[in-house]
Amino acid sequence: MGLKIIVLAKQVPDTRNVGKDAMKEDGTINRGALPAVFNPEDLNALEQALRLKAKYPGSEIILLTMGPTRAAEIIREALYRGIDKGYLLTDRKFAGSDTLATSYAISLAIKKLSPYDIIIGGRQAIDGDTAQVGPQTAEKLGIPQITYAEEIVECNEANNNIIVKRRLERGIEIVKSTLPVLITVHSSAPACRTQNAKLFMKYKHARTVSELQNESEDYIKLQKDRAYLNIEEWSVDDINADIQLLGLSGSPTKVKKIENVVLKHKEVATIDSNENSIGKLMKELIDNHIIG
Amino acid sequence: MNNIFVYCEIEEGLIADVSYELLSKGRKLADELQCKLNAVVIGDDLNGIENNLFKYGVDTAFVFDDNRFYPYRTLPHASIVTKLFEEEKPQIALFGATSIGRDLAPRVASALKSGLTADCTNLVIGDYTETRTGKEYKNLLYQIRPAFGGSIIATIVNPDTKPQLATVREGVMKNEPLTKPINGEVVKHNIDDYIKNEDFVLDIIERHIEAKKINIKGASIIIAGGYGVGSKASFDKLFELAEILGAEVGASRAAVDAGFVDHERQIGQTGITVRPKLYIACGISGAVQHRAGMDESAMIISINSDPKAPINSIADYVIIGDINDVMPKMIKKYKELSK
Ligand SMILES: Cc1cc2nc3c(=O)[nH]c(=O)nc-3n(C[C@H](O)[C@H](O)[C@H](O)COP(=O)(O)OP(=O)(O)OC[C@H]3O[C@@H](n4cnc5c(N)ncnc54)[C@H](O)[C@@H]3O)c2cc1C
Ligand SMILES: Cc1cc2nc3c(=O)[nH]c(=O)nc-3n(C[C@H](O)[C@H](O)[C@H](O)COP(=O)(O)OP(=O)(O)OC[C@H]3O[C@@H](n4cnc5c(N)ncnc54)[C@H](O)[C@@H]3O)c2cc1C
Repeated sequence: MGLKIIVLAKQVPDTRNVGKDAMKEDGTINRGALPAVFNPEDLNALEQALRLKAKYPGSEIILLTMGPTRAAEIIREALYRGIDKGYLLTDRKFAGSDTLATSYAISLAIKKLSPYDIIIGGRQAIDGDTAQVGPQTAEKLGIPQITYAEEIVECNEANNNIIVKRRLERGIEIVKSTLPVLITVHSSAPACRTQNAKLFMKYKHARTVSELQNESEDYIKLQKDRAYLNIEEWSVDDINADIQLLGLSGSPTKVKKIENVVLKHKEVATIDSNENSIGKLMKELIDNHIIG
Repeated sequence: MNNIFVYCEIEEGLIADVSYELLSKGRKLADELQCKLNAVVIGDDLNGIENNLFKYGVDTAFVFDDNRFYPYRTLPHASIVTKLFEEEKPQIALFGATSIGRDLAPRVASALKSGLTADCTNLVIGDYTETRTGKEYKNLLYQIRPAFGGSIIATIVNPDTKPQLATVREGVMKNEPLTKPINGEVVKHNIDDYIKNEDFVLDIIERHIEAKKINIKGASIIIAGGYGVGSKASFDKLFELAEILGAEVGASRAAVDAGFVDHERQIGQTGITVRPKLYIACGISGAVQHRAGMDESAMIISINSDPKAPINSIADYVIIGDINDVMPKMIKKYKELSK
C-alpha cells in the first residue's frame, strides 16, 4: 500500500535578497540577474511529503514542475532529498501562461499520473506571488483543497482521510478531509531537510532528454543503463492539452504595464542624534501637524 | 445586470473590515460605471446583516444563511459564489486578499474560467487596447498589484472574460460608510439549489482565532521596530513614545522572529500593509519585503546606526544613531515641547 504523493514545485528567481549585482543604475531591480532557486514554500511542501513517506511505508513521491528546460535543476535537488521520480512539463507553448492556464496544464499532467492520494505544493511562488495555482488546480481536478498547511497531523489510508493543521492570519484551524486532496503549505511549516550525500551520488547524473542533447555517447549510454537517471520531459502533446487554453491565448489576465519600483529616492535630510537636533526635528513635526 | 459584487467575509458574526473597505471602493466604482453595487454574504445567523451593508451603499444583498456556512469552508462557499455569479453575470467581483479570499477566489475563478488578479493594492477604471489585435476595450478594471517580492508594480486587465475578479489587500482601501444608508434590497435564494452534499467532505475539528486587539492599519502614526532595537525591553521605549503620540507600534519580521513583539504587529509583504501619515522606522534595515508594506507612508523617519541602511534611501529624515540613545531623547523633547 502506501500513499502516492505528487509534489508541485516551481523554479523562481530569488526575489528575497536582492544584492547590489541585481540592482540597476536607476535603483530598480534587474530581474534577469537574480539566481534561480527552488521556490521556498515548495521546499516546505516537499518536507511534508518526505515525512509522509517515512511514516507510511510503501509511499511514493513524484515531483512535477512546469518551466523552462533548466527547471530540471529543482528536480535533481528534490531527488537528492528523497523523491522517487520527477517530471518536467516543458514546451514553448506554455510560455506566458497566467495562473488559470498554468493550473490547466498542471491538472492535465496530474490526471496522466492518476491515481494519486495527495497533491502538495507551496502556498505561493515568490515571483508571481499569486497563491492561485494550488486552489485552481484542485478545482480543475474536482478535489477538495486545504490551503496554508503548517503540519500534516495524520493520514488514515484505511478511512481515506487526512488531518491537517492550517495557519491562518489570526490563528489556526485543524481540519479533516477525504482523500484525494490538494494541500498548499505555508512558510511556517518546518524547513526542508538538507540533501543526502548518498542520494546526491546516486542522482547527480540525472538528466532530461533536452539536457542530454549536447552530451557524449558514453554519457547517454550511462543514462540508458540506469533508468532512474531519466527525468521525464512532457510537452503539450504528451498531456493532450488544447493549445488554445495555454500560454497567452489561454490566459484571461493580461499584463498591461509593469513599473519598476525605484528602491532609491530623492534627497534625504540627515539629522544628528544630539538632543538639540532631535528637538528641532520634533518641533518641525509638531509645527507641521504631523504629530501632536 | 453586469454589476459589481463584493464577497463579504464574516468574522464572529460581523462583516470583516476588509469587506467594508471593498464595499467603500465598490460603491465608487459602481457610481463611475453607473451600475449597481451588490454584496454576497454567506454565514450563519445573519439576521439583519443587510443593514450594515446598506450603510455602504449596497443595492442588493444576496444572503445565504445556514449553520453549515460558518466557520468558512472552501467548497460550500465556492459553490454558492460560482453559481450566483453564473446567474448574475457581474462585470467586477472583489474579494479580500485574506486567508479566506485567497482560498476562495481562485477556486471560483477556475470554475468560471475567468481572470483573477491577486493581492491588488489599487483599482482604477480605464480603457485598454490589445497590442496584438488592436482591439479596444472601454471601462476595464485596472488591477494594480505588486509582484516579484514588491520590486515591481504590475497593472493587469481581464479584457475578454467576466467577471473581472480581484483579491484586494487589507488596509489599502479606505473604510468610508455613506452619510445616509440607502434603501437596498435583500435576496435570499433557496440554499439547496446552490450546494451539493460533496461540498461538505471537509470538517473543521478545532479552531483558535485570536481576537483582534490592536489596530495598526488604522493608525496615522506608526513606530516600527526592527532587529536593531535589540531586545524586548528596548521595545518598551517604542511603546512609551507610541503612547504619548497616540501611535501604534509595528515591527519588521526579524523583530517578530526574535520574539521582541507579536506577529500581529508585523508590517510588510507577509504582514500588514500600512500607509500612515508618519512612519518611524527604528533599527530596520529596509528589506524589499518590509518596504512592500510601508513605502506608501506619507512621511518616513529612519533611526539607524548605519548611515547606509537601505531604508534611509526612502526616508525623508534619517537620524544616524543608536536607537537606545535616540528614543529617550525623542520622548524627552516631545514632552518638553508639547507642554
Ligand atoms: C508581474 C506579474 C504579475 C502576475 N499577476 C498575475 C495575476 O494577478 N493573476 C494571474 O492569474 N497570473 C498572474 N501572473 C502570472 C503568474 O505569475 C504565472 O501564471 C505563474 O506561472 C504562476 O503563478 P505564481 O507564480 O503566482 O504561482 P503561485 O500560484 O503563487 O504558486 C503556488 C504554488 O503552485 C505551484 N506552482 C506554481 N507554478 C508552478 C509551476 N510552474 N510548476 C509546478 N508547480 C507550480 C507551486 O507549488 C507553488 O508554490 C503574473 C505574472 C507576473 C510576471
Ligand atoms: C518571503 C519573505 C517574506 C518576508 N516578509 C516580511 C515582512 O512582511 N516584513 C518584514 O519586515 N520582513 C519580511 N521579510 C524579511 C525581510 O527580508 C528582512 O529579513 C527583515 O525585514 C529584516 O528585518 P530588520 O530590518 O528588522 O532586521 P535587519 O535586516 O537585521 O536590520 C537591522 C537594522 O538595525 C540597525 N541597527 C542595529 N543596531 C542598531 C541600534 N542599536 N540602533 C539603531 N539601529 C540599529 C542595523 O544597521 C540594520 O539596518 C520577508 C522575507 C521573505 C523571504
